[in-house]
Amino acid sequence: MSARRLRAMFVKELHHIVRDSRSLGLALFVPVMMLLLYGYALSLDVDRVSTLIYDQDNTQASHDLTDEFRGSKYFEIEGVVANYAAIERAIDRNQVLMGVVIPRDYSKLIRSGHDAPVQLLLDGSDSNTASITLGYAETVVRSYSFDVRAQMQNRRGGERAVPPVDARLRVWYNSSLESKNYVVPGLIAVILQIIAALLTSLTIAREWEMGTMEQLLSTPLRPAEMVLGKMLAYFVLGLADAVLAVLVGLFVFTVPLRGSIPLLALSVCVFLVGVLFWGIFVSAAAKTQLQAYQMGLLSSFLPAFLLSGFVYSIENMPPVIQVISRIIPARYVVTILKGIFLKGVGFRILWGELGFLALYATIIFLLAVRKVNQKLA
Amino acid sequence: MMPPEYAVEIDGLVKTFGAFVAVDHVSLRVSKGEIFGFLGPNGAGKSTVIRMLCGLLTPTAGRASVHGLDVATQPEEVRRNIGYMSQKFSLYDDLTVEENIDFFSGIYGVPRAQRAARKDYVLEMAGIAERRSALTRTLSGGWKQRLALGCAILHDPPVLFLDEPTSGVDPIARASFWALIQDLSRTGHTIFVSTHYMDEAEYCHRLALMYRGKVIALGAPAELKKGLTEHQLLRLESSDPLEAMRAIEGTVGVFDVAVFGSGLHVTVDNTARAGALRAALEAKGVRVTRLEEIAPSMEDVFVALIEAEDRKAA
Repeated sequence: MSARRLRAMFVKELHHIVRDSRSLGLALFVPVMMLLLYGYALSLDVDRVSTLIYDQDNTQASHDLTDEFRGSKYFEIEGVVANYAAIERAIDRNQVLMGVVIPRDYSKLIRSGHDAPVQLLLDGSDSNTASITLGYAETVVRSYSFDVRAQMQNRRGGERAVPPVDARLRVWYNSSLESKNYVVPGLIAVILQIIAALLTSLTIAREWEMGTMEQLLSTPLRPAEMVLGKMLAYFVLGLADAVLAVLVGLFVFTVPLRGSIPLLALSVCVFLVGVLFWGIFVSAAAKTQLQAYQMGLLSSFLPAFLLSGFVYSIENMPPVIQVISRIIPARYVVTILKGIFLKGVGFRILWGELGFLALYATIIFLLAVRKVNQKLA
Repeated sequence: MMPPEYAVEIDGLVKTFGAFVAVDHVSLRVSKGEIFGFLGPNGAGKSTVIRMLCGLLTPTAGRASVHGLDVATQPEEVRRNIGYMSQKFSLYDDLTVEENIDFFSGIYGVPRAQRAARKDYVLEMAGIAERRSALTRTLSGGWKQRLALGCAILHDPPVLFLDEPTSGVDPIARASFWALIQDLSRTGHTIFVSTHYMDEAEYCHRLALMYRGKVIALGAPAELKKGLTEHQLLRLESSDPLEAMRAIEGTVGVFDVAVFGSGLHVTVDNTARAGALRAALEAKGVRVTRLEEIAPSMEDVFVALIEAEDRKAA
């Protein structure tokens, strides 16, 4: 390994990057764009569920229940209707997600101390949203029914009712349960994997297509110096992308950063190096720039999105897929970024993931060097 | 270490790609300081030999050494001692002239103290000093080609491999390129150059004619031409070259008839046959405008050798 040759390679690649101003612009603009788009679009929060009320009872008691829904931030009462058909129509047209039907004898049943059934009609075509909505609605109804029962007992002059168990939920790390806090760190990892792999995926295929590779191979330049020099040049660009992405996360999405910034920087660097090597490997394996680009995109985009656990939890996947997800670097960096951003955990907890990323970078570097070497045959 | 006797030594070199034999037992030696021309039609295997000598391809069989270094076992040392110019233009279009020079200077490991001097030398040699900060893509073909040569000799290699360096360059640029090559040879560099321009063969000290993977002739241009002395060559210009060709092919004393430009080159055993040929043509109604003896060109030699080879194969 000669420092002089490595430097020459690095400087030459920087010249390519700077000269191609359109690609440079895209390389800096696309990650921020993706982060903004996905950050807003991938909100898993369900709130202000549009709801219709069909109040067959129409008494003070039934109005109280309606007000309970109205007062919850999770529901938005779109109106009160007079028949089932209206609810059905509104759900079919995607105007509302839920209908609440209060039966005719609701207040009578309550006054006589019986259980009063309330019907919830939900649009189940989006099962995720429906089950979250159902959870919210049950909470609203249960707390209301507890209040009603307590009032009744108080009115009968008995002892003041005290709930038997008072469960106080406290959610750690993302106490407001905002999905952006959970999505954005993972998204940064995923976007960096895609961008980094694409940045380098053309670099060797281009040399082959242009005929410059043959020239390089006739010189004392070694494949390891070529791979490392190219990686270092694109590392500068990848790091700029990472800084931009983290800044957008912190200041646009106001995701908390609880952990150590040096650890965050170290993790991102190790991750970037590995993925940049991967792009170079793909580039050396492909015959043309087009093929290299497609291979780079497929091999980074799909695994990063689906198998990194940034939205789709890996625990629920079939065992085979879980095993495959273990060789996806994005999976480890998603864990690291979520850990540093949300939990503020340190090296003592994340060393395993960090170690994997370092191992990955080393292995892919060796593979890329071998691939460049093989091409001479 | 004793300086090697030969700049290039090839012994029984073979390269096959699957069932295709691209290079078939080629053996030759190139002395130091020689301009060695490698001639042959496209696909004859010239580039394959050069690529093996530069360590870009591994020989299937045989041995080759460059500057006394074995290409199979000492590829790194070989690369330090050669300059290579491939068929395709191989500099970076999006870099400036100087950036290209600096890059190759770096990967060839030119010592820091010599860099500026080598750069100036290359800029001067290529006649490109005033365009040093121009993007390479804006240069014309001749300039690009001289710059590519300049980048290949930044580290002052003893042996230079040039694979069809003049293809696609205008005649004036070709002539000035060959002048550069003569200069390099005079300063002790060995130049191994392939071409399919027959006129360029005359610039070479020695030639190898390659055809279908084999070297079919080897020697100085004058020697190769002398090889044809048992034959003599007539230049025939007539009203109807095709009819003339049909008429005299196979006549007694005529070895070969080939189209050259607007006329024919007729290889005969003796130029005294010219009178008989003229009579035979005019009997067929072909008007002869010129019929005289000429000295064989390299192209004649080449055509004759290839046809002899084809006859052997048939």
